[in-house]
Amino acid sequence: MEHNPVEIQIIDDSADSKGDVLVVGGGISGIQGALDMANSGFRVFLVDNSPSLGGKMSQLDKTFPSNDCSMCIESPKFIECSRHPNIEIMTYTEVGEVKGEAGDFKVKLIKKPRYILENKCTGCNLCVDYCPVEIPDPFNQNLSQNKSVHIYFSQAEPLVTYVDPETCLYLKEEKCQICVGVCKANAFDFKQKPEEVEIEVGAILLSPGYDTFDPKLRTDFGYGVMENVVTSLDYERILCSTGPYAGEVLRPSDMKTPKKIAWIQCVGSRQVIEGGNSYCSAVCCTYTQKQVILTKDHYSDVDATIFHNDIRAYGKDFERFYQRAAKLDDVRFIRSYVSVGREIEESKNVTIRYSTLDEGVKEEEFDMVVLSVGLNPPKDVEGIAKTFDIELNEHGFCKINPVNPIETSRKGVFVSGAFQGPLDIPEAVVTASGADAMVGQMLNYRRDKLSRERLYPEERDVSEEELKIGVVVCHCGANIGRVVDIPALVEYASTLPNVSWAGENLFACSTENANMISRQIVEKGLNRVVLAACTPRTHEPLFRDTCREAGLNQYFFEFANIREHCSWVHSKEKENATQKAKDIVRMSVARAAHLQPLQEFDLPVDKRALVIGGGIAGMTSALSMAEQGFEVYLLEKDSDLGGMARRIYYTLEGMDVQDHLNTLIRKVYQHPSLRVLTDCTINEVTGYVGNFHTTVKAAGRVREIVHGIVIVATGGQEHRPTEYLYGENEQVVTQLELEAEIVQQSDKVKSAQNLVMIQCVGCRQEDKNYCSRVCCGQAVKNALKLKEINPEMEISILFRDMRTYGFKEDYYREAANQDIKFIRFEPENKAVVEAAGSRLKVTVPDLVLGQKIELEADLVVLSAAVNPSDSGQDMARFYKCSMNPDGFFQEAHVKLRPVDFGSDGVFLCGTAQYPKHITETISQAYGAAGRAVCILSGDTVTASGSVCDVNIHDCVSCGACITCCSYDAIEFVETPYGKKAKVNEILCKGDGLCNAKCPTGAIYLKHYTDDEIFAQIDGAIREEVS
Amino acid sequence: MCTGRVDIAFVLRAFTNGADGVFVGGCWPGECHYVTQGNYDTLFNMLFTKKLLEQVGINPDRLRLEWIAASEGNRYAEVMNDFGKQLKGFGPLGKGEGLDKRTMKLKLEAVTKLVPYAKLVERERLRVRFKTEQEYLDYFASDDFNRLFKELLVDKLAISQIMLLLGEGASSARSIAESLGLAASEVSRHLNMSSRLGLVRFDEDLKLYALAAS
Repeated sequence: MEHNPVEIQIIDDSADSKGDVLVVGGGISGIQGALDMANSGFRVFLVDNSPSLGGKMSQLDKTFPSNDCSMCIESPKFIECSRHPNIEIMTYTEVGEVKGEAGDFKVKLIKKPRYILENKCTGCNLCVDYCPVEIPDPFNQNLSQNKSVHIYFSQAEPLVTYVDPETCLYLKEEKCQICVGVCKANAFDFKQKPEEVEIEVGAILLSPGYDTFDPKLRTDFGYGVMENVVTSLDYERILCSTGPYAGEVLRPSDMKTPKKIAWIQCVGSRQVIEGGNSYCSAVCCTYTQKQVILTKDHYSDVDATIFHNDIRAYGKDFERFYQRAAKLDDVRFIRSYVSVGREIEESKNVTIRYSTLDEGVKEEEFDMVVLSVGLNPPKDVEGIAKTFDIELNEHGFCKINPVNPIETSRKGVFVSGAFQGPLDIPEAVVTASGADAMVGQMLNYRRDKLSRERLYPEERDVSEEELKIGVVVCHCGANIGRVVDIPALVEYASTLPNVSWAGENLFACSTENANMISRQIVEKGLNRVVLAACTPRTHEPLFRDTCREAGLNQYFFEFANIREHCSWVHSKEKENATQKAKDIVRMSVARAAHLQPLQEFDLPVDKRALVIGGGIAGMTSALSMAEQGFEVYLLEKDSDLGGMARRIYYTLEGMDVQDHLNTLIRKVYQHPSLRVLTDCTINEVTGYVGNFHTTVKAAGRVREIVHGIVIVATGGQEHRPTEYLYGENEQVVTQLELEAEIVQQSDKVKSAQNLVMIQCVGCRQEDKNYCSRVCCGQAVKNALKLKEINPEMEISILFRDMRTYGFKEDYYREAANQDIKFIRFEPENKAVVEAAGSRLKVTVPDLVLGQKIELEADLVVLSAAVNPSDSGQDMARFYKCSMNPDGFFQEAHVKLRPVDFGSDGVFLCGTAQYPKHITETISQAYGAAGRAVCILSGDTVTASGSVCDVNIHDCVSCGACITCCSYDAIEFVETPYGKKAKVNEILCKGDGLCNAKCPTGAIYLKHYTDDEIFAQIDGAIREEVS
Repeated sequence: MCTGRVDIAFVLRAFTNGADGVFVGGCWPGECHYVTQGNYDTLFNMLFTKKLLEQVGINPDRLRLEWIAASEGNRYAEVMNDFGKQLKGFGPLGKGEGLDKRTMKLKLEAVTKLVPYAKLVERERLRVRFKTEQEYLDYFASDDFNRLFKELLVDKLAISQIMLLLGEGASSARSIAESLGLAASEVSRHLNMSSRLGLVRFDEDLKLYALAAS
């Protein structure tokens, strides 16, 4: 068959030194920042000093609380970056010098010598096989060996090798050049010198991430001395299938599976002693629970013990995650300070000394000990501060502005991710999207000036061609290759009907290999592509794009998941796994034969934005979009703007909330392109991304607003307690009520001598199974304020776990130093509050002494839960957003799409997503604004081609499809054949419910037609069986 | 695509191909990834399919619907292992039911032919919308549902099978009843009715029933 080979366009713009933004750090935060800015019309340089993009996230095995494979969700973003026409990636590069000012920076970059020509290396690994020098593998935390020349990790971007100059025999003593000899691509260049590149940018985003605490510096943990003591990051690698032991949990001393593992929390964190960090590292409690769950997944008979202080499960769904870990068999959570004892000579087991209330001090032996190390500022933080001329805080992290945590002390230099302080992946992503908003506000005048569009070759018409299915089988490193017999699978695939070519690939998702697939499509004239690899959930967009690059309609791509559905679950039965992989591939090939080319269509984008909720979240995002040049409508249901923040006067860190709020409200009202509608209700919503029509009623007038995107920021409200005499006795108040009394300096506060606060009122219980996140900080804040007013006041805080995460820990310690009493209670033994004359009596069991403590109080303050706002349900219905079981909105992906909704063009921020502190709300509001502008700044958005259509000749006009469609996407229209069903392709979301209801099969979901699915079902059972 | 896209015909096709069991896994109720809550549609469709299977003598437990979230790998494995064990207990499709291959195919074809009709009556007469799984289970166990099911589908299923069997050659009421596992009186009733409608004729010479067209 004849076909015209299509040239793959490679835009070489490396020579171009003019850009809009320099992003420093290629971890998840820098990657997200680069992508958002590039999608908003800015040209970005993405620089990382390590040999690959990825940062710390790439070293993690799974991510909490969904236990998604970390690399699997991150690596598609590498490829998105590398394919983005507006992103220039420069790895193994450092920033030398920064001159100039906001809007006009001149930056000197130093490319370190890889001794490899990046444009020539194919990542084939041949040199690595031949290199005689073994070195500890830095990516695997030095737990396994690699070679002096190697690729940083298997999915690295760029997927090229680099030479370690410290160990290379040639670079050290001019001996050995075996690698040069075996390299077929002539990619070696031992004469490389550091190369200086000067670029010009308008803004800089710092996302250098964090470093883990090094327990070696302190000898008391045994790390580096006792072989079976590892850090949590070491353990992440140990758990990982691409890790040092190929996913088997082994202990370093004897490569045996440990039966008894201990985790020690707060290693390097929450310590004021020399060599420790005073702050809480915020992520360790939950990552440890994740490691416990994963370990038990690997080996259900492992005995896991976690020695902890407070369990800080303060994030969304963390509380349930903690319960999940705690409920597993043979998992013990022990609240105790510990010390690492000794290493047993023969077994290399490690002893730990701890104490419990029941049994006193004990010493127990463990096969392996994991140190849950905290987060430190990035390496060479002083150097970073000097180069970029920014200030650091007292902990050595970036000093941020509490009312805008994305700003540094230098104009035009922004910060995202863990350089702000300890935070987790979604926050690193949110702050990066927020940086896009900040850059947009500053550089709006030059948006789209330097950016380029991605060009695809013209699509080949294959309608007259015979079927030529190509099958690519991916090893996924060892993930699949270790279990499934890949050569046998490839050979089998090549015998299947209509298959004209089959091949294999180590990592199909690497840029090089994806390009290889493109080339095969062109060279072999393939017109359907089946990839037997991982999951379409993360990788389908990439490979569809691969097809487009080769001039093939993207819907001719078909995924056969032989990893999640096969190798991961059948790792112990290799033969059966290979057979099953064959079955899966056969099904996909059968389906591929029926695939049709589908067209996606571009919808015009209305450039106006709608923001719902006039609290800090809504106002901040509305103002940011207005500042970025877009017209914004801000709706508020109350008469005044401000939301919950109207009842908050100060933060733990000392921010004057009312001052900030008033400034914000003034700016919102004064902005010429921002319109505020108060006392506003929404009557009706129609439309879709790019073209929403929202009918609102405000001040008695009904009007329709047309807008391209919407941000939902409906906030939350304080729970109204029903317990502890609240509402019956005036001396029982909530934290917010107390705050008002404090500000007014009321008699209630001034005359109080004894005050008791009770935490977790209305949450962390069966019907409200979440932590409200802000209350511990709030309690400490108000307690410290009261001590300012009356140092003699006796304050007791009854708590379950003090969740003053991050830098808030310092205030908790300060409170304890000021003699505020912290009394822990268990949920099954709550305090009892009784009236005692003109005062109150609070009785609470003392866990240490086993007696009851009676506290007298003039005031009892309840830390009431934060509930979602009542209007959430309506918004969910109007804009088709989902909610979690607690009534908070559910983001599209907990880690990587934290402010997006599943429905396109709808975003969220603030307490509507989950309770959070004001500074976090501001971050998220900027994040939502950044994400929204990614759509608003473009002229069109693309809608999926996989939607329903009707064959009018089969339609019997029964209306079954119309009544079952939740999107109102189907209606009757008059046709020459009578009244028939017709689908609005833009409203159709492709769920396909209507297909199963249609009695005649007239309505069909493209890409999932009856033909396609029947072919797959028929392919499922092997001929010889039926 | 939602589990609600799973057509009754998909399940029947898999059984027709010789599958011993069919598993459908969906999102937990209340955790819809669309806004459609289509998993309740699946629940209804699968309970309905089980009813149809049961009616023609196929063990309805060969079809299993479970709710499993993306993060519940362990639960998925447990459920699949359990289903595998359960199916081994049932024996191969047909054998477990005491039906030969040919009859099994015929029965499945008889149900498949009725799918368009079943979808129509489902919408017109049977459809309900509840908020909990239990309500659906109660509904399918209720007298009301079973009365409707009998009224609307039981005879149709029997006739559909009889017609297919007669398509293979003339037969007596007794032997039809035996091969299909139906009551002889019921078969006679259907044959009489079908004769009156002109679909079936009685061959006086052979003393057998045959399709009218043949």
